[in-house]
Amino acid sequence: MGAGHAHPLHLPGTSPVHRLAPQVKVLTAFLVVCCVVATPREAFGTFGGYLVLLAAVWAVAAIPPGWIGRRALIELPFVVLAVLLPFAQGGERLDVAGLSLSIDGLLAGWNIIVKGTLGVLTSLTLAATTSPRDLLLGLQRLRVPATITTIATLMLRYVEVIIGEARRMRIARISRGHDPRLLWQAGAVARSVGSLFLRSYERGERVHLAMLARGFTGAMPVLAEAPVTRREWALGLLPVGIALALVVGAWWAA
Amino acid sequence: MSTPSLHVSGLTFSYPDGSRALDGIDLAVAPGERVALLGPNGAGKTTLVLQLNGVLRATSGEVEIGGLAVGSQTLREIRRRVGIVFQDPDDQLFMPTVAEDVAFGPANFGLRGPDLDARAHAALATVDMTDHADCSPMHLSYGQRRRVALATVLACDPEVLVLDEPSSNLDPVARRELADVLLRLERTMLMVTHDLPYALQLCPRSIVLDRGQVVADGPTRELLSDGDLLARHRLELPYGFTLAVD
Repeated sequence: MGAGHAHPLHLPGTSPVHRLAPQVKVLTAFLVVCCVVATPREAFGTFGGYLVLLAAVWAVAAIPPGWIGRRALIELPFVVLAVLLPFAQGGERLDVAGLSLSIDGLLAGWNIIVKGTLGVLTSLTLAATTSPRDLLLGLQRLRVPATITTIATLMLRYVEVIIGEARRMRIARISRGHDPRLLWQAGAVARSVGSLFLRSYERGERVHLAMLARGFTGAMPVLAEAPVTRREWALGLLPVGIALALVVGAWWAA
Repeated sequence: MSTPSLHVSGLTFSYPDGSRALDGIDLAVAPGERVALLGPNGAGKTTLVLQLNGVLRATSGEVEIGGLAVGSQTLREIRRRVGIVFQDPDDQLFMPTVAEDVAFGPANFGLRGPDLDARAHAALATVDMTDHADCSPMHLSYGQRRRVALATVLACDPEVLVLDEPSSNLDPVARRELADVLLRLERTMLMVTHDLPYALQLCPRSIVLDRGQVVADGPTRELLSDGDLLARHRLELPYGFTLAVD
């Protein structure tokens, strides 16, 4: 069940990973990330193990590593802090190429970067193999509170409507000689954002009205229930088993 | 006479600020009848429509759908019986795919499994949109979205179909295609519109509403050829159109 259009984070395909039930994939991704987070930061080999595990999934799902790599750049703004830590932190120090670095800070920075990157890569793998629509279905089947899945469903649909509206407002502004690059014209942009908020709010009320008119009582009906076989669960949770073995091994070694 | 599909008696409604939007409305629509609801902006047309399914509640007076009075106990059944197609299809279509949106209403009214699928499929077939079942509403043309919005309501199998400005923003072909679909439906229909030729084409009977009151009720051709009546209530035929009573 495709949403019928491409999403920048979704790579449509027919691999066994793509065909897996979404709730299995969501749970697997979540548990693998838990294992990554629970790994001691000095267990360098174990983190390599996780990367091999992810690479194996990419191979099965036919996702080019470069495709994932480009999308993982989103993480960059968040690692700035991690880069500063070796300079800022106190304790024992190490001289590298004339720079005095804190060992504790290096480890703390490494900890953030490696766990963050593995988390981002896992999420991207989930997003690449599961359409946004299926992700919601997976969350709904995992009994995530209805309010959250309803909000997410509406967001998925209306974000494009709102972007379209913002685009039309922008075109109408620049058609009347507005140049948003000039600082003193920022006021018009701010007012547009305000009016976009009001329009979206009013649309929200109209959507709610239209939902009520079709008998909405506060809970979304689950439209597609598909039973998942034991074999599918076992296959889908295989990466969790491997990750669990890795994290237990790391603690045992420590 | 059989029970009217829609029966409104002595309906008045005031908004919380005290402004009176509806002022003693009486009307009855027989099963299978197609009626146009005409009137200038601010006449109370939309307010009247929202009374029919209990979204707004009358200050006094009564609304009955197929003999069932609108009240807090009957709200669920009333909303199944009254299907409203809103003016902006983007307000109505909120699910990621067309098929899910069409299934939303009947699922709320308790349909599940094969029955639900069959109902959704039949509704999409009625509006000729079966091929687009798995599309996102975002990727349909405006005319297609309008027809899907109609399907989402038809899937609830309503007793009364209410259309708010069905022809607005449609190109001539989409407008005609929608008319073809609407003429095929054998349902009680109340159509709110400013598009007088559309009213003439689709609805044998018209009601003119102004300042919250019914000011005219009769055969559409007769009302639309009464220039004085139209002028008094800020209605007029498009440029170049004249009508004669046959």
